[in-house]
Amino acid sequence: MDALIVERGTILAAFWMTLRLTVFSALGSLTLGTVLAGMRVSPLPVLRAAARAYVTLARNTPLTLILLFTSLGVGANLGVEFSDRVDTNNFWLAVVGLTAYTSAFVCEALRAGINTVPLGQTEAARAAGLSFVQTLRLIVLPQAFRAVIMPLGSILIALTKNTTIALVAGVAEASVRMREMIEVYGDQVIQIFLGFAAGFVVLCLPTGLFFGWLSRRLEVAR
Amino acid sequence: MTKNLPAGRQQEANTHLVVLDKVNKHYGRLHVLQDIDLAVSRGEVVVLIGPSGSGKSTLCRTINRLETIDSGIIMIDGTPMPSEGRQLARLRAEVGMVFQGFNLFAHKTVLENVTIAPVKVLKQDRKAAEQRARELLDRVGIASQADKYPAQLSGGQQQRVAIARALAMDPKVILFDEPTSALDPEMVNEVLDVMTSLARDGMTMLVVTHEMGFARRAADRVVFMADGQIVEQNSPDAFFSHPRSERAKSFLDKILTH
Repeated sequence: MDALIVERGTILAAFWMTLRLTVFSALGSLTLGTVLAGMRVSPLPVLRAAARAYVTLARNTPLTLILLFTSLGVGANLGVEFSDRVDTNNFWLAVVGLTAYTSAFVCEALRAGINTVPLGQTEAARAAGLSFVQTLRLIVLPQAFRAVIMPLGSILIALTKNTTIALVAGVAEASVRMREMIEVYGDQVIQIFLGFAAGFVVLCLPTGLFFGWLSRRLEVAR
Repeated sequence: MTKNLPAGRQQEANTHLVVLDKVNKHYGRLHVLQDIDLAVSRGEVVVLIGPSGSGKSTLCRTINRLETIDSGIIMIDGTPMPSEGRQLARLRAEVGMVFQGFNLFAHKTVLENVTIAPVKVLKQDRKAAEQRARELLDRVGIASQADKYPAQLSGGQQQRVAIARALAMDPKVILFDEPTSALDPEMVNEVLDVMTSLARDGMTMLVVTHEMGFARRAADRVVFMADGQIVEQNSPDAFFSHPRSERAKSFLDKILTH
């Protein structure tokens, strides 16, 4: 247990990084995923096709590849910089990669939610003169979100664990620190492993419980 | 491209609120609306009846373009129905619609269901819209349910909310697409009573229904449809006592013998 206690500051900082990656990527994916879902049900064939192509590409590409692409392709090659500091820059490039990947799943979950909203309500909204965007924003999406809170929770848990792949983009999150510690404290591999695993459980378990509670609370009675 | 009405019908378009000219629609190979000509004047109550699959619901839904048409012209108060965009939304706001399945917004309270379009489309002040909504809910007899959700109401109450929701937009005409067909029998009359009083107050209405009693009581004109065509139209008394076409006779025989 020595290693975990001695290095607790580093470990907490690493999980703090994991948490920040998760929160920013979650916000990003929720936004982009919602836009994509809106495009997928839009009356314009061009938007529908674009969103479908994006989802197909992002969902079927391994996250490691996407993160390597954002860090090497977008960052190093195309020269996109978010900050002068290398670690801050890597952090945001990783957020971009995680968002690009996760938003495809958010889009598909939301689209399933949109399908639970009876078509008649859309017709009633359009018949009253609400625009497509107003109908989506005021009538369809609020009900779609409530219908898919549980799957969105699962996506968030997956995202939390997927942040470990940000190591390929050079972000020092929990798994990077774990590997470093294992190298230094070779006699305590099991303890270190269990310690970090417990850290992820601490992050993910409340997420699942919270989303379960939220889902029951916000259920729309029909 | 603006299509123009034939000269003979231009006059009609100026005096009538809703004008359909040579409207055609196909579902695949099925010709569901065949050269439909129809004009509804201000304050008139037109009841559309006919057997299932005759195209009467489709006709009703084309008027605010919930169904597209293949050819022909539909005019609301002298303006041709645009195919999309802002103008379509604006014209839809002037045409109320009451559906068979109520279609209330399940996540909104009764009051919000009635105020959402006036606030978001007509940009009415929320307070004023709420006050008007309460008056309308009172008019349809469900003022006490304003803060409930649709699922907490009976079918008849939900349909009356839907009528209040349509009225809140001060529409020029209200379309009713089989408004009582999804209701338990004991709730049919509470909805028909509201509709009858609307008709009496001079609201322009186009009603698709199987309620022959309502047609007799409230309609100015009965339009009988079969196989995608308007077969005949007449005053309710004349239609029900002396149908001219064989098709209408056999339809009435089937439904009025019990």
